[in-house]
Amino acid sequence: MATNDVIYGINGPVVTIKDTRTFSMMEMVYVGESRLVGEIIGINDQFTTVQVYEETTGLKPGDPIYGTGAPMNVLLGPGIIDNIFDGIERPLKAIEEQSGSFISRGASVSPLDLNRYWNVKIKVKVGDRLEPGQIYATCPETAIIEHRFLVPPSLSGVVTSVEPNGKYRLKDTIVTIKDDKGAVHELTLCQEWPIRQARPNAQRLPATIPLITGQRVIDTMFPISKGGTAAIPGGFGTGKTMTQHQLAKWCDADIIVYVGCGERGNEMSQVLDEFSELIDPKSGRPMTDRTVLIANTSNMPVAAREASIYTGLTLAEYYRDMGYHVAIMADSTSRWAEALREISGRLEEMPAEEGFPAYLPSRLSEFYERAGRVTTLSGSEGSVTIIGAVSPQGSDFSEPVTQNTKRFTRCFWALDKSLAYARHYPAINWMDSYSEYFTDLDPWFKANLGDEFIRYRNKITAILHEESALMEIVKLIGSDVLPDEQKLVIETAKAVRVGFLQQNAFHADDTFVPLEKQKLMMKAILYLYTKAKHIIAAAIPISSITSLGLFEKLAKMKYDIPNSQPEKFDELLAEIDTALASLTN
Amino acid sequence: MILDYVGVKEINGSLIVLDDVEGASYEEMVDIRLDNGTFRHGRIVQIEGKRVVVQVFEGTKSISLDNTRTRLKCRPMELALSPEIMGRVFSGAGTPIDGFGDVYPVKRANVNGTPMNPVSRVYPRNYINTGISTIDTLMTLIRGQKLPIFSGSGMKHNELAVQIVRQAKISDSGDNKFGIVFAAMGVKNDVADYFRRSFDESGVLSRVVMFLNLANDPIIERTLTPRCALTAAEYLAFECNMHVLVIMTDMTSYAEALREFSSSKGEIPGRKGFPGYLYSDLASLYERAGMIKGSKGSVTQIPILTMPNDDITHPVPDLTGYITEGQIVLDRSLEGQGLYPPVSVLPSLSRLMKDGIGDGYTRSDHQALANQLFAAYARVQDARSLASVIGEEELSPVDKKYMEFGKLFEQYFVNQGYSENRTIEQSLDLGWKLLSTLPRTELDRVDDELLDQHYISDPEQLNFDDFKSAAGSDDED
Repeated sequence: MATNDVIYGINGPVVTIKDTRTFSMMEMVYVGESRLVGEIIGINDQFTTVQVYEETTGLKPGDPIYGTGAPMNVLLGPGIIDNIFDGIERPLKAIEEQSGSFISRGASVSPLDLNRYWNVKIKVKVGDRLEPGQIYATCPETAIIEHRFLVPPSLSGVVTSVEPNGKYRLKDTIVTIKDDKGAVHELTLCQEWPIRQARPNAQRLPATIPLITGQRVIDTMFPISKGGTAAIPGGFGTGKTMTQHQLAKWCDADIIVYVGCGERGNEMSQVLDEFSELIDPKSGRPMTDRTVLIANTSNMPVAAREASIYTGLTLAEYYRDMGYHVAIMADSTSRWAEALREISGRLEEMPAEEGFPAYLPSRLSEFYERAGRVTTLSGSEGSVTIIGAVSPQGSDFSEPVTQNTKRFTRCFWALDKSLAYARHYPAINWMDSYSEYFTDLDPWFKANLGDEFIRYRNKITAILHEESALMEIVKLIGSDVLPDEQKLVIETAKAVRVGFLQQNAFHADDTFVPLEKQKLMMKAILYLYTKAKHIIAAAIPISSITSLGLFEKLAKMKYDIPNSQPEKFDELLAEIDTALASLTN
Repeated sequence: MILDYVGVKEINGSLIVLDDVEGASYEEMVDIRLDNGTFRHGRIVQIEGKRVVVQVFEGTKSISLDNTRTRLKCRPMELALSPEIMGRVFSGAGTPIDGFGDVYPVKRANVNGTPMNPVSRVYPRNYINTGISTIDTLMTLIRGQKLPIFSGSGMKHNELAVQIVRQAKISDSGDNKFGIVFAAMGVKNDVADYFRRSFDESGVLSRVVMFLNLANDPIIERTLTPRCALTAAEYLAFECNMHVLVIMTDMTSYAEALREFSSSKGEIPGRKGFPGYLYSDLASLYERAGMIKGSKGSVTQIPILTMPNDDITHPVPDLTGYITEGQIVLDRSLEGQGLYPPVSVLPSLSRLMKDGIGDGYTRSDHQALANQLFAAYARVQDARSLASVIGEEELSPVDKKYMEFGKLFEQYFVNQGYSENRTIEQSLDLGWKLLSTLPRTELDRVDDELLDQHYISDPEQLNFDDFKSAAGSDDED
């Protein structure tokens, strides 16, 4: 490939070209003899600016730059699931085979395995009219995910030839169609899509179905819908990554896209380890059968970190269009924002708050707005749920990334340092967090768990808020002076905190708790609360109630009552009755 | 063709600008010869056509616009490596300064390293027994981990680091040799000397590679010091199959050097004037810890940083905490009470601990015990803040128990002798003993089975005489 365009200047990951009119904005280019991947991010009459996705050490002025004529694309096709990619969809396992344990530059490997055969079933016949987004073939991608081949959104026409069912490779043509203008298009097992452009859908649907995570504090107190957005802000050590892992393992999405954006390498190897060992209870298959990993760790080039979020999102949208519910975990969006800042600084743009570029809010909103539950072009239902971790500088939630994220997400699961210090996990602070999905989701909860679920939740929330107000007093004068009724609120709130909100990710039963059990746990706590309230009203001191050990029972019911035996809650309630009866007699 | 470029176009801080340079490549090394015959070294940090910006490691003092000749060396910054580097002392830029001459290189490696492929990493699971109760029990150090010590000026972080080195049984692992790489960045001469002496006394000096950039050495060299050290560590670990412990002190000085360099380059500053890429830059150092498939060695990092004004939200500790796998935080008030090591338990953490402890590693009750100790000690803080308002007398009986527990915990568990090496069993048993001073019903993080096994209900057995040695001062009153 010949080119006249050569490097003029180099500053970190930013390379400039002088006096050229060859390139267009956001075009993907190859830089230098070792063909490092880059993207055009600025053009003026004198200079064209490229951000390079790899280390630029050793580049020289005069080295060639090759255009590709297309924006940054990802290759979409079977083989994405159960794979691990870097930020620009290069498969890390293939890179390992090519260059060993350390990533060398200019590694050129196809994102997906081109030589693997897939067992394809054709779904159309000659003469059929195909519309954009329609399914023309399927193949089993993993044991639980069926890959559905979709007509690209820009294409429609009449089928002119089909191959028989059988084994095909990624680039083999299986269907040809003729569009309205008479041009013939070949449909293979793969297609490309620019990462910065949202894939189209037919219609957005309201957020009326919850994403069930099995985490009590989320499902009950701050639920998220399928197609919703959530932010998990928290300083270091508060358990952002742990929470994301838990959600990735247990939430009821069909497919998980896990983006490790500028985070630790050992964490990614932990995910690889754990997810391949962990069996999904619903399908009986390893978690990796439904997971895509994108690993752009903090020591990998910063520009690719910026791209990794979009790469993950585009893969998620592709599977959404097949009719799957996809959840994408972005850990952490702050690193992405910092990558924006770093590139912006190199471009010498005018900074806004704390050195972040002025376009930070618009980039964040573009990102979160790509979530949603939709009717796909082919008429089925799919969703993309975005759960983004935020790492606020100095644990200060007033910093720009947290504040702007708050504006564009509807769930805010604030992680709290003092809870984490006391090893209360998940350290989601019930006073600072919120979910805007309550009204959208309440009909679903009513229909599936009964009216009482919402009543219990409101009551529990009220008790926690009351406790927080009482604690202000206790901090000043101690708890002894409180009247018994208020002491009871404090005792009950403690049972809620320890017994309900706190959840043990390493306990076989407690790591995932079905909604039904969540409801019964609330019921048990409130049952004791109401009964005890009556007894206190009869002037029996609270100390005689606490000495019965019932609150301790509540704190341990999450372990004592297995998920599979909800009927044991009746025994617990009976036990409470008997114990309390001994007081009134 | 080797060309000398005479003179410079511009001098700014530690940077010089050359014009009309042909064929310079990014991050290439240059030699600068002054008219008085002395040499300086530099690196190209920015290129714009034929205009080249060079960072001079030794500083630009006495460079004028036309008293230099600059020669491009056609290669990036590399470190000469061979197994012989063990026991040697290098400058912050990797030149030998112990008077034993140059290293005969088996290999030269770019000091920037290349990122480890995440799929090639082995998830670290083997714990390192440091013999220090707080660390072993509550923030277990795992081989291949990066676990920094967050300290402040004047606290005993150096002693702690030396004690870890001395007691860590990294030599346990069969025929795998162990090594220590020590990188000093902007530390005082005395501190560097303290480490050298301590390594000597514990008989490991021949296994230490030292990179010294002292407080009065040039700052540009300081930005290279950890990179040289980690390049040496990676070589020893992954090519010589050694278990390498890297101690880097002081990361705050390193970050400040980076800030100084960044501002002289005219870059847009981020928080507190540090460059916007501080996170990426620190990550490119810390992420070089770990283990890889196909190699028996490992790189474990213990970076030490002093928090300016003891402020954990300062950008350096803050960003470090986001990258490293936990942190050991030292506390000035514990230090003030004469407790050693002054480990502030609550904000300290080891992220890799959960998979490296328990059955087959330490003991099956380890995780539960650690959780309960954290929870109970967090409760102690509540009781203390309440007591500071209403007085200890007015506390409820349970809170009083917690006050007592807190005192014992600090006196016997946190506090231990500088040369006291406790086994993991000793530490865990001590933990149970301390918890047993609380009413059994308070221990809600542990299930009944474990309590039956470990809870000591007989108050007679709750004496801590075995651990008196550490609390020697008590004997005198």
